[in-house]
Amino acid sequence: MASISLDHVVKTYPDGFTAVKGVSLDIADGEFVILVGPSGCGKSTLLRMIVGLEDITDGELRIGEKVVNDLAPRDRDLAMVFQNYALYPHLTVYENIAFPLRLARGQFSDSEVDERVRRASALLELDEHLERKPANLSGGQRQRVAMGRAIVRQAKAFLFDEPLSNLDAKLRGQMRTEIARLQRNLATTTVYVTHDQTEAMTLGDRVAVLRRGELQQVASPRGLYDQPVNLFVAGFIGSPPMNFLPGIVEGDRIRLPLVDVPLDDRLRTAVGEREIVIVGIRPDAYEDVDTLEPHKAEGGVRFEADVDVTEWLGEVLYAYVPFETHDAVREKLAELDRDLDGEGMRTQLVVTLDSMSTVRAGDAAELWFHPDSMHIFDAETGDSLTRDEDRAAELEEEAKEQRRRALERAKRRAEREAQAAADGEERASA
Amino acid sequence: MGGMSTKQRIGWVVITVVVLLWSLFPVVSILMTSFKTQAGLFSGKFLPPEWTWENYATILAPGGSAQDLFLPSLRNSIGISLISTVVAVVLATFCAYAIARLDFRGKKLILTTALAVSVFPVVSIVTPLFNLWRSIGLYDTWPGLIIPYLSLTLPISIWTLAAFFRQIPWELEQAAQVDGATPFQAFRKAVVPLAAPGVFTTAIIAFFIAWNDFVYGISLTSTSAARPVPAALSFFTGASQFEEPTGAISAAAIVVTVPIVIVVLIFQRRIVSGLTQGAVKG
Repeated sequence: MASISLDHVVKTYPDGFTAVKGVSLDIADGEFVILVGPSGCGKSTLLRMIVGLEDITDGELRIGEKVVNDLAPRDRDLAMVFQNYALYPHLTVYENIAFPLRLARGQFSDSEVDERVRRASALLELDEHLERKPANLSGGQRQRVAMGRAIVRQAKAFLFDEPLSNLDAKLRGQMRTEIARLQRNLATTTVYVTHDQTEAMTLGDRVAVLRRGELQQVASPRGLYDQPVNLFVAGFIGSPPMNFLPGIVEGDRIRLPLVDVPLDDRLRTAVGEREIVIVGIRPDAYEDVDTLEPHKAEGGVRFEADVDVTEWLGEVLYAYVPFETHDAVREKLAELDRDLDGEGMRTQLVVTLDSMSTVRAGDAAELWFHPDSMHIFDAETGDSLTRDEDRAAELEEEAKEQRRRALERAKRRAEREAQAAADGEERASA
Repeated sequence: MGGMSTKQRIGWVVITVVVLLWSLFPVVSILMTSFKTQAGLFSGKFLPPEWTWENYATILAPGGSAQDLFLPSLRNSIGISLISTVVAVVLATFCAYAIARLDFRGKKLILTTALAVSVFPVVSIVTPLFNLWRSIGLYDTWPGLIIPYLSLTLPISIWTLAAFFRQIPWELEQAAQVDGATPFQAFRKAVVPLAAPGVFTTAIIAFFIAWNDFVYGISLTSTSAARPVPAALSFFTGASQFEEPTGAISAAAIVVTVPIVIVVLIFQRRIVSGLTQGAVKG
């Protein structure tokens, strides 16, 4: 196990395209870090540079204390799970898992290989499939074999390249929790690439958001959600995505489409001298006034909205409210949409309502939100103006603390198991 | 086949029978001729009036009149064809792997040159080769035939294998490298086992080409030191000036067909397609 540190890592392809533009990132020993971003953001390239399948054009990559820029993949001692699993089709499941051990010739006796393979297969519940060939396995089973091959030799770190993207939704959810459990148990440093933000939010201790080869923000999932540094991170994290509205400052009020909001101290400071800003409000910040408890409604803003379409999903109701955006921010928001792989044809507000809400398509609904839930972004640079550094640091501290406790638990569990095994041997020899 | 009507099925059977007759008739005819006596050759009948092993004895048995001609040439044919096949397949495996995996300058040039060489008319280079081989001492030797055979077998091997390697997912090798393999180990343990069916197919094609050659065989040899079977057959003579060696030639033709059939039967099982299934999402 080891830490991984990237120092201004750059990847330029021979054709001149720069896929990764100077990324610096420190991954602590035992940490689970997610690289996330829309397609083409350089996240997979970054991972392949860590494992050694892509050359590093510039910058420095260290595993532990050692600079590994020029080491071949096999000398880096990392284990990787590929998107397509990359199982060896001519070998049985058993031999697939044993493959890395067999390559380390002389290091493991046959009985050691057998013991390790059995342990990995037991952990991944592959025992009954050991003699089968990969072609005869289901997608989820192949996925588990690929993971078995990664965990069998206790590498310094695990690298995952979109490991769940070939599975269907249900299996993906199950495997996601499996990976989380496995990583907590083994406490091995893990770097995980995904474009799926559910995976990013649920799995990672920290999440690194990338955009066009540049690192935008590295923070705990909560930190990203609550205190995004800019429009891109705010728009990428969260589903449905954050609503971005043009905000025109007029005296002590800020005028949004559909509603005017009074400026309190927090917003006043954020806005400063600007006349126009981009306001971000998460869909779940809105409430239907009809289902809102009266004491909560104090201090909020109410407005009427014509609901265009509703989607009832059982646990929530999504309502869509079209609005006219402002020319000054139209270009910026369209660019953001393209960056996020979107193809938004119209500007609309997405609102998450209680599933008991009676709002239906075509209704005029009365909605509510609290100004405290507003994020404000600069209309030119896209930087967040409401980001609270103290709060962000606090969130990171909490996440770190949680992580430390989880690692301790894993360590204690490992000690207990080692103790139990030793006891068992003593008893057997006695 | 379930979707076919009776009419269609009958149609297919008729076509199959016609094709079988068309392609098997010459072979069966030669087989029958090889069992005919000298007199039976002129009986004008398809089946031998009188069955005999005489022709086989002529070419195989000790003291047979054509044995001196046939047995050495059979040895030559097998040896030369096998060596040129092995060399071609080994060289082509490395070459095709590089072409399929690496991006280097001159890659297109290699492929086009290989193609150009394989379509170059053999007859036009036989005479220059004859002169060259005589002056450098390769005339009437095994290497003297193996080298020109390589020019026939290598291009086709490179093309077939390159196509085959392109189908093998690169991720397998990368996975092997991450698992701790050197590039060569990754090639040997992850790629070669998957490429085996392609390699065997290529080997069979290469072997046929070398085995069937006549032009080089007759032009670049003069004695039984290197003369292959197709060339040797043309040197068969009858017992007297007035006898045709048809029976002996037929018997020899049957004998040289047998190894080919055996080779195909052996390798047929190894040409297992679909071995790559399951490597990636299936």
